[in-house]
Parts: sequence; structure tokens; C-alpha cells
Amino acid sequence: MATIAKPEAPRAPPTYAEITRDISATLGNPSRGYYILLGGVLLVLACGVGALLYQVRVGMGVAGYTPPVMWGVYITTFVFWVGIAHCGTLISAILYLFRSAWRTAVYRTAEAMTVFAVMTAGLFPLIHVGRIWYAYWLIPYPNQRQLWVNFKSPLLWDVFAVTTYLIVSTTFLIVGLIPDVASVRDVATGWRKKLYRITALGWRGTDQQWRHYLRGYLYLAAFATPLVLSVHSVVSWDFAMSIVPGWHTTIFAPYFVAGAIYSGLAMVITLLVPLRKVFRVERYITVEHFDNLAKLILLTGLIVGYAYLIEFFMAWYSGNAFERASFWNRAFGDYWWASWTMLICNGFLPYLLFFPKIRRNIPALFLLSLFINLGMWFERFVIIVVSLSFEYEPFAMGHYTPSWVEWTILAGSFAWFFMWFLLFAKNFPTVSITEVKEIIPMPRKGKAHT
Amino acid sequence: MRAPPSGLLAAYRHVDAAVHAIRSLKEMGYRDFTVYSPAPNYEIAEAVGHRVSPVRLWTLFGGLAGCAAGFAMTLWMSYDYPIIVGGKPLGSVIPYVVIAFELTILIGALSTICGMIFHVWRSHRTAHYDPRSTDDHIGIFVPCPIERRPAVEQLLRTSGAEEVRVEI
Repeated sequence: MATIAKPEAPRAPPTYAEITRDISATLGNPSRGYYILLGGVLLVLACGVGALLYQVRVGMGVAGYTPPVMWGVYITTFVFWVGIAHCGTLISAILYLFRSAWRTAVYRTAEAMTVFAVMTAGLFPLIHVGRIWYAYWLIPYPNQRQLWVNFKSPLLWDVFAVTTYLIVSTTFLIVGLIPDVASVRDVATGWRKKLYRITALGWRGTDQQWRHYLRGYLYLAAFATPLVLSVHSVVSWDFAMSIVPGWHTTIFAPYFVAGAIYSGLAMVITLLVPLRKVFRVERYITVEHFDNLAKLILLTGLIVGYAYLIEFFMAWYSGNAFERASFWNRAFGDYWWASWTMLICNGFLPYLLFFPKIRRNIPALFLLSLFINLGMWFERFVIIVVSLSFEYEPFAMGHYTPSWVEWTILAGSFAWFFMWFLLFAKNFPTVSITEVKEIIPMPRKGKAHT
Repeated sequence: MRAPPSGLLAAYRHVDAAVHAIRSLKEMGYRDFTVYSPAPNYEIAEAVGHRVSPVRLWTLFGGLAGCAAGFAMTLWMSYDYPIIVGGKPLGSVIPYVVIAFELTILIGALSTICGMIFHVWRSHRTAHYDPRSTDDHIGIFVPCPIERRPAVEQLLRTSGAEEVRVEI
């Protein structure tokens, strides 16, 4: 049985030297367990790549697509990973603008998660289109046929939104890393010192460097904030702009954004719980941080729960026979199990977080985060597959069952994500050295003026 | 790379002592000193007294350029390859807002990065450096000729420097 974390005795905040020492210590030589874990992840990734190559060789027939369900696990997984990405920017940019001090210890992990999740998400539209080698057709470029892309299509908006998100979140991560890498450079030895000397880009923390850096970082955060809200809105319009029952609704943009942040926060908890244990950074990532993350999960979970409710209500209230049939099918049709998994994991379980004892119980939070992510994957599955399988004409309805190729590629995507995260965690600080220092007042000789 | 000028490099543990030293140096007429700190600090920034960074202009113009480029690209391409989709006008501004919005952010963010790099590079002074200043010390390097060193050294020490050394 999980134990309730005892309230921690007030401890003196760490000194600057301790912060550098403790966080640099996470970058030492990896243990055997790390290599075993990395090996396992690479094995799963190899299976995923193998399945993808098989699909490329044989054709899209090996995926389980059955008309009218021509968007299946790949698009579901694309939306899932884009959603996961959102929380990183919420913590690193939105909470930065709100001057929220608790974010400093957890934002680096969340931000790295964002970049790797977008890197994973970006693969799925390419896998889904089948002929990966024609993927560059999505980009407007001068060509011999004198064609341009169709900017009226939400799919093109998606290309621009996701690409922008990948570039901006990656730059934001790199810019945030520079002062930290410089701190690590000055204490590292051997090949790591050489690596950090290059990646610190000459950072020394001079007055002029801080002056331009802080201003630039502020504006990057100001740009990242509307970006994060726009990306999942655009993803939601991939669906909402069409006239499929269950998709064509104005609630989709806020519903998707809240769901994205909700799933991303759960993934942050999934990553942080083992990370703080393995790296022994409990002093920096405390129960308070988990409590705050859980409160955010509760807030976004309430919005998601409300959206579920209002979707069903509007289907009934609209009087539209197709909408009503679609939602009846969602709850009691062929895919009832997917819908109820979604409703239980996302609609009911998060209410447990109303209890402070659960918010502060780390094993319980970890378990809950896994259920939320399961629920969020099924949410996208329900929205995409179930709606497509049950449109207007009874003779055009169909049943889609994902094939082993799709499941293997899905597993491979998790391996791809965790591979990047494992490599990052052992080579770059997963807790921001500079920002943790920033919230601790510098030592003073005289009495502090407040 | 150009060799840094000779001068005095002081290390401080306490922020108020470093701020006092910076103010005193400015009173003595020094402007070309460099202050190192492990984390940004408003007291130090205020004492040094820089004006607001011009990076914000890069952000503004980058964002405006991105927005203009977004609308220009979508409208021009629509008329260059005139095909009617779903009965909508060729130049449908409303859907193009999405593209313009994303490009505003993309070009604005990249331009901000360029601005940061440019201004850090332009304001760079070659100076001696103590690696402890990315850890837990505040460093101040004052380039000064040999005849002025005793006065500056005394100022740095009396303000509370933990260590002052001559860098050649």
C-alpha cells in the first residue's frame, strides 16, 4: 500500500554551491541500470522501425484502415503526442510570465519533454500518409508543376503550427540551457568539459549577457504562450472544420487545449517521479511541486470533464439525429469500452485529487498519471475512430481494428520519446541550476533590505 | 581571439558588497568593468545601470515581418495557382490568419534569438574570468593600468571582496 508522505520539516534552502554540486552530480557516469533501460528502449524502437519499414515496403494495407475509418492509430497517436507537448510550454512560458517560483525546479524536465513529444508527434503524419518520401509536398516550394499548397485546408495549418512549435520550443529549451551548461562546464572534467565548452556558446554570465538574455527570454516566453494555445486549437480544427458528427463543434479548440495540458501534466509526473528518485534531487523537486502539478491536473481535468458532459448534452439538445446517434454509439456502440476507459480515467479518477492526501502521495500520483495518459490516448481514439466509423449513411459505416503494425509503431513511438529523454537526462541538467538559484536570495553581508 | 587587457579581478560572496563596489567604481569614473554573476540579479543590474536591451525591437520587427510574410505568401500563392476549393474565394483572408499567426511567432522568435546573439556579441568585452562566478561567486573585472591598480584594489577590498588578484 502506498504511504502518505509526511509533511517535510522546514530545511534551510540549499546554497548556490550545493545547487551546482547536486545538479551536476546527476550528469556523472551512467549506471548499469541506465544502460539496461536504454537497451530495452532501443529494442522496442527497433521493433517500431521494423514495423514502419514493413509498412513502407508493403503499403498502407498492412494498417487496419477500413472505410470509412481512414484515420486510425497514427492520427490518434499524433494528437496524443502533440497534447503531451503542451504542458512543457505551460510550465516554462506561461508560469514564467506569471512569475511562479515553484516552476523553476520542474520546468526543464517539462520543456525537454515538450521537444521530444513534438519530435515524436511530427513523425505520425508522415507515417500516416504512407509515401513518406513525398512528405515534402506539404511545404510550399517552387516546383515544376507550378502548384502551391492549399492554405484553406486545416491540414496545412497543422503543418505550420506543429513546425513552428517544434522550432520555437527547441530554441526555448536551448536558450534556457545555456547558463546551466556554462555552470556545468566550469565543474566538469574530461570529454564532458569539451562538450559543455562548445554547447555553452561562450556564456560567462556577464552583466551584458544577462541584460540581453533576460529580455530575449521574456519575449520568447511571450511568444510561446499564444503559440501553445494555438497549436492544439489548430490540431482540433483538423476535426472541427469537417462535418463529421462528433467533430463539427465550436467547443473543440478549448476542449483540446485543456486536454493537452492535462495529459502533459500527467506525463510530467510520470517522468519526474522516477527521475527525482534516481537522481536524488528530492531536495529540489519536493512534495510541494507534485501538489501544485496535481492542482493543475485537477483544474484542467475539470475542464475536460465539463467538455465531455457538454458534448453529450449538445448532441441531445441540438435535436440533430446524426449527432444524437453518433453520441449514443459512442457510449453504447461497438467501441463502448474505449469510451468508458476515457470517461473513467479522465472524467472520474482526477476528482480523487480533491483530497490533499492523494495530491501529496507520490506513488498514488504516479499511478494516477498513468491512468490519465491511458485515458487521454483513448479520448483521441474515441473522437477520431468512433466518430468516423459512424457517420451518416448506415451502409457506409464500418468497424476498424488496429493491426499489429500500428500497435508496434505506437510502442516504437514511446521508445523513441523515452530514448531522447534518457539521453538528455544523463547529459544535460534536468533541473535548472540557474533558475533554482534565481529564487534563492544571494547571500548578503549586511542586513537584507526588504 | 584578442587577449583580455590587464586589470584586477575580484570575487565576492555577498551581493550587497558587490553592488557597493560597482557603485563606487562608477563614482570613480570606471565604465568598462565587467560583472559576472551565477544568476540574474536585479540589484546588480540596477547598480550597473544599463538601459533596457534593444532586443525587444528585434522581436517587434520580426513579428511584424512574420505576419506580413504570412499574409503575402498565402495571398500571392492563391492567386498564382488559382483553383477554387469548396466554393471559397481565392484570397480567403480568414483561414490565412492561422498561417500569418504562426509565422508571426516563428519569425518573431527567431528574430529575437538573432537579436540576443547580435547584441551579446556587440557588447562583448574581452575580460578575465573566474570559473567560480558561474557557481557561487560574483566576479568583477576592472581593466586598469598598473599605476591605478592600488586605488582600485583598495576600493574592491574595502567593499568586501573575498579575493582580488591581478590579471595580466
